[in-house]
Amino acid sequence: MTLAAAAPYGFLSPTGVEVSFLLVGLVTFAAALVTVTTKQLVHAALWLVVALGGLAVEYLLLTAEFIAWVQVLIYVGSVVVLLLFGLMLTKAPIGRSPDADSGNRWAALTVAVAAAATLVWVVVDAFRTQWIDLDAPQGTTAVTGAMLFQHWVLPFEALSVLLLAALVGAIVLSRKADAKADAKADAGTGGAESPADAAGPADKERQR
Amino acid sequence: MHLAYPAVLAVLLFCTGLYGVLARRNAILVLMSVELMLNAVNLNLVAFDVWLRDALHAGQALTLFTIAIAAAEIGIGLSIVLMVYRNRGTSDVDRLRDTAEATGPTGPAGPEDTAPDGAADATDPDATAAAQKAEATA
Repeated sequence: MTLAAAAPYGFLSPTGVEVSFLLVGLVTFAAALVTVTTKQLVHAALWLVVALGGLAVEYLLLTAEFIAWVQVLIYVGSVVVLLLFGLMLTKAPIGRSPDADSGNRWAALTVAVAAAATLVWVVVDAFRTQWIDLDAPQGTTAVTGAMLFQHWVLPFEALSVLLLAALVGAIVLSRKADAKADAKADAGTGGAESPADAAGPADKERQR
Repeated sequence: MHLAYPAVLAVLLFCTGLYGVLARRNAILVLMSVELMLNAVNLNLVAFDVWLRDALHAGQALTLFTIAIAAAEIGIGLSIVLMVYRNRGTSDVDRLRDTAEATGPTGPAGPEDTAPDGAADATDPDATAAAQKAEATA
């Protein structure tokens, strides 16, 4: 397809959906940048909420509404809460932590900028004459349910088994190897109530 | 909508996550950056599925599966990080160098094996106490 064939669309006359996508995309990208550069660990998790919520809005603009609500439910609802719990349980400092970035920051920046430049060039060169037709919604709940339970039932069930395995694995990993259930409960509440000495009760329990 | 908008946004988010994975020191921040990279891939899958108008909607199905697998991954990853923190007293990936190969011309028994640990212990009393606890309980 040449540029002339794409004449009904226009580079210089963006539609409202495109402008919305661009603005929300800028917010999402800025939030992602703050997430990977901020010195305050809890703020990183909270900016991650903004980035993931912005992506949910992008899914809505791409007419994939079911995926958008799944994104809000699972990512914003549970993954970020898990991350905040992880930060709390590992006694992450609340204020600014000067050693949040490792020493190879400049090498990482070089790699990331080079990868971004290469990929942006390739992607723009490949798809600059392609347009998404958003007239008919492609991801309504009815469509998603039909395709998920007609064509993708077997992967869906396999995925439920995988989630069960991950649940059991997480429990097995996070319980202590030789402690009893009450010792685990003691260590858990002690760590949550006294963050200054979260690792203390666990080790004392193990020494007994 | 121009296809380049979601594709370029996905590229930028992916490279942001790549920078975070390479540059962050806390293991939980590394996990956050991995989530950013997974979300960039999800955006690509949804955009190309809507563009191609696939009859099976393979892109959106794969996006749902990716989201579920990412939830499982974050659960397992956080439990691993918690176990490392409980045993070592730190979740900084830079300090977990037990299986690192010794670099430099001094050979495998060179001072690089012990120097980072010694320096970390000398500068950080928390790390010293945690290391002592870990040794006492091992």
